[in-house]
Amino acid sequence: MTYLVLHAGRVGGLLGQHVVLVTVSLAIALAIALPLGVAAARTPRAGTLILGAAGILYTIPSLALLALLVAAIGLGPSTAIVALVVYAQMILIRAVVAGLRGVDPALVDAARGMGLSAPQTLLRVEFPAALPVLLAGVRVAAVTLVALATVAAWIDAGGLGVLLFEGIATQNDDKIVAGALAAAALAIVADLVLRGCERAVQR
Amino acid sequence: MSAPTTPAGARVEFRELEVRYADAPAAAVSGVNLTVDAGSFAVLLGPSGCGKSTLVRTINRLVEPTSGTVLIDGVDVRERELTTLRRGIGYAIQAVGLFPHYTVARNIAVVPELLGWERDRVAARVDELLALVSLEPARYRARLPRELSGGEAQRVGVARALAAEPRVLLMDEPFAAVDAIVRASLQDEIARVHRELRTTIVFVTHDVDEALRLADRIVVMNAGRIVQEAAPAQLLSAPADAFVRSLVGVDAQTRRLALERPLIER
Repeated sequence: MTYLVLHAGRVGGLLGQHVVLVTVSLAIALAIALPLGVAAARTPRAGTLILGAAGILYTIPSLALLALLVAAIGLGPSTAIVALVVYAQMILIRAVVAGLRGVDPALVDAARGMGLSAPQTLLRVEFPAALPVLLAGVRVAAVTLVALATVAAWIDAGGLGVLLFEGIATQNDDKIVAGALAAAALAIVADLVLRGCERAVQR
Repeated sequence: MSAPTTPAGARVEFRELEVRYADAPAAAVSGVNLTVDAGSFAVLLGPSGCGKSTLVRTINRLVEPTSGTVLIDGVDVRERELTTLRRGIGYAIQAVGLFPHYTVARNIAVVPELLGWERDRVAARVDELLALVSLEPARYRARLPRELSGGEAQRVGVARALAAEPRVLLMDEPFAAVDAIVRASLQDEIARVHRELRTTIVFVTHDVDEALRLADRIVVMNAGRIVQEAAPAQLLSAPADAFVRSLVGVDAQTRRLALERPLIER
């Protein structure tokens, strides 16, 4: 714990980097997963294709994916973000599909029957009704990304992983503990905050 | 507050209508020719799967016929832009389908807001409609659907369907999911609303007593076809065939007696 106390400033900085990595990745991942999830939920064939592809990407070991990406686009945070976005897809697309498929068909029937267009039905009725399931997916994705993002330090993308890799290299257990504790705390906080959001929309 | 103003009902006609679903061997609806007079209360009656819901859903084009036409006041529904057509037709269903994240007031206001009504007019209309379906506006306006009983939710569903002053109101088994006592009071309510507004109502049910209670004209359907179209009393006294006879059943005599009272009231 001494490292954490003595170098609170440095840990704080790395924690900030970590938060940025995860938040940016999650935002980009959502922007991709929402339209893909809608397409997958609408047409069974697209669903099989999209979920299949996301599933295959998800099974690639993270270090292998990072290594491949470094070869393709080089070192740095943007490479790490690409990898995190890829991993989040599987979780997020599944959540969008599950959320939309779980919407009461009567809601959609009523909405269409009253004269809402397809986009209006999606935005005003289906998404709000699917929101709790969708947010649960975002929560799982966020926690997963907090853990995965520690590996990003390996390709010069910063974040709390820096402490872990430095600690391993210099056999400084205190540093490893500091990095691990900070990452775990971040995951727990993200989980709690997003659970709060879920409860708020369920009310 | 004055009685709600709604333009008088429109005439609905089906001509040589046929609906065939892609995955089904038999037509869901076939050979349907029917005129629902302006301002009348028509009830489509038949067992489940007889095509009555399919038929009513061709009016607001939730189902597109394979052949034939549907006309509202002589105009083919396909000539109207889809959302414009639907916003001009009230639609109430068994599952109600109130938007769970909207208050009662916002649910009722959906179509008026889509039509761009001014805020004051929408608010006034919401209160007027809540009063019309016997829900005190001040008590119910701000409630969420999950804070309503089944009967209250269906009242809100009816109010929402009537919100933009439709000239045709479609009701697909609207009272089938509520208990008998609530159903009876909802039936009284919709009969009164119809008397006040004279909106054309096309109402789907499998419940003979409900049909007899509400209808000006009953359209009996079986296996996608119209078997008989008649006034309630006529249906009981002169069923067209064995199917209609079995549908109105052995209680026909009792039902005929029961029917006399509301007929006198009218």
